[in-house]
Amino acid sequence: MSSTSENYLVGIFDDEDILLHGVDGIRDKGVKIHEVYTPFPVHGLDEALGYKRSRLPIAAFLFGMTGTILALTMQIWMLGFDWPMIIGGKNFVSLPPFIPVTFELTVLLSALGMVATFFIVSDMKPYKTPRSYDIRSTDDKHVMAINLASNKLSKEDISRILKDNGASEVNEKNF
Amino acid sequence: MQATSSLRESLVTGGKTVRDVSEDISRQVEGKPTRLWWVAFSISLVLLMFGVYCLVTVLWEGIGVWGLNKTVGWAWDITNFVWWVGIGHAGTLISAILLLFRQKWRMSINRAAEAMTIFAVICAATFPLVHMGRLWLGLYWVLPLPNTWGSLWANFNSPLLWDVFAITTYFTVSLVFWYIGLIPDFAVIRDRAIRMGNKTRATIYNALSFGWDGAAKTWMRYESVALILAGLSTPLVLSVHTIVSFDFATSVVPGWHTTIFPPYFVAGAIFSGFAMVLTLLIVTRKVFKLEDYITIYHIELMNIIIIITGSIVGIAYITEFFIAWYGMVPAEYYAFYNRATGPYWWAYWSMMTCNVISPQLFWFKKLRTNIVATFVLSIIVNIGMWFERFVIIVTSIHRDYLPSSWSMFYPTMYDVGEYILTFGFFFTAFFLFAKFFPVINMAEVKSIIKSSSEKKH
Repeated sequence: MSSTSENYLVGIFDDEDILLHGVDGIRDKGVKIHEVYTPFPVHGLDEALGYKRSRLPIAAFLFGMTGTILALTMQIWMLGFDWPMIIGGKNFVSLPPFIPVTFELTVLLSALGMVATFFIVSDMKPYKTPRSYDIRSTDDKHVMAINLASNKLSKEDISRILKDNGASEVNEKNF
Repeated sequence: MQATSSLRESLVTGGKTVRDVSEDISRQVEGKPTRLWWVAFSISLVLLMFGVYCLVTVLWEGIGVWGLNKTVGWAWDITNFVWWVGIGHAGTLISAILLLFRQKWRMSINRAAEAMTIFAVICAATFPLVHMGRLWLGLYWVLPLPNTWGSLWANFNSPLLWDVFAITTYFTVSLVFWYIGLIPDFAVIRDRAIRMGNKTRATIYNALSFGWDGAAKTWMRYESVALILAGLSTPLVLSVHTIVSFDFATSVVPGWHTTIFPPYFVAGAIFSGFAMVLTLLIVTRKVFKLEDYITIYHIELMNIIIIITGSIVGIAYITEFFIAWYGMVPAEYYAFYNRATGPYWWAYWSMMTCNVISPQLFWFKKLRTNIVATFVLSIIVNIGMWFERFVIIVTSIHRDYLPSSWSMFYPTMYDVGEYILTFGFFFTAFFLFAKFFPVINMAEVKSIIKSSSEKKH
């Protein structure tokens, strides 16, 4: 943990719909939200917080293409050029029998590559201890963290805005 | 704000709240296993041990200890392989295809069904692996590895090699998909352990959860990953059983050489898979008291899928017969005539009864909403599906073109023993999963609590 102290104001929301309206209201008041932690995916929360669409689909596509090219070059090179063998009098290089392996490797690389990218961009690893703003965020509470240093408003003002927008509790948390 | 539709039944009963979901599902991970669990687990372990003994004998002596002969060179091993792979398909159907169709009822059953997929695929894979005989050399036969013979590469024209790629990809992608779904739930158990002051459990489940924190941004990416994995798994699962059916369909054996095989195998796979899901879930919901999450409504919907796929399979059987007669190829005609009336008539008619007639009973709402009837029928369907594979494989080859080489297949203890091995492994793994992993996807069920939970009266 870093030695400099970070001060957060933590708003607790009991309900996902109150949270969604709350996020809009709080952002309208000019409060910068650090992040919201929810026990389950809340639809529309990413847009309310102004997050851009994830680019993971692009990663999946690129990894998939890598798989396609790898599988095709592997099969064509091995059976067509490196050691051509007569199997049932068939052509050395013929596309149809190469399709199944090509498809499987496309799917395999696409899935593994995308998931690896997801872990890297989200900084997820087995030996990471996440910062917990409120332990109930994996149970039934939606937890909104607001970094006081990045906001111009005073602690009391933000606390009041949170309460006005549906937060059931407002706590302080220092790291 | 409570949106309840009178058209659809509640997916979660008993007036559960979001809190209750964490509590009900985490309880069995945190508590000590019940006596019933120990009994079931011990029986599975005994089966597994017996299976391991048979497996070691097969590896030591060679596959000559199986009942195979010159005419019937494929029998129980491939039957079991196809059967287990088929069972796996339901898990992917539930988690991927139903996700793409936005079917919310999959949410409380997908975790257990996916676990079943993974264990079933491992069971399936043991058969072709052992079938290679000296499986430590097998790596060179199935993978394109450089070797000292040239390099003499694996034959990419062979459907058996396609199978290797299909099964490994299917296993890997299913495992990743399942694990991604487990991550947020591991975090639930971790945080509960922290609150209870159980440090060891908190550390283990934190490592398992990859340090999950549930940030909105991570959820957004997570949902994107889940959607694409579902999109990838959907054609994947269809390809797997298609390629398994190519093992037969691309050969020139009468009874195997038919173009109907891919769709017919896929339908049969989903049919048997749902039967196995039902068998497992009916027991699981009882043992872990999850009746509020896996409701009669869930069971009914699964039974409807059994009617649909069972009917597809029935039509496929009839089509095969019709084409054998209409095609006027004597060898083909004989293969089917022999199936129904030859020495294996009992296997054929067991298959017809179990797979074509028995699922039709689910047209009665009384039966498809009855737990006992569903449990019994789900086992009958799986017996039927095993016979289907046995009938296709053994009856097609036991009487080949040369009557002097006609023969029968009699399994030995080791054929049976390896089948028992897979059952032992399957149930041992499933019981361990049910004890240490949350058997229901908590995050997903929590997300539908508001819209689909029955209100308290």
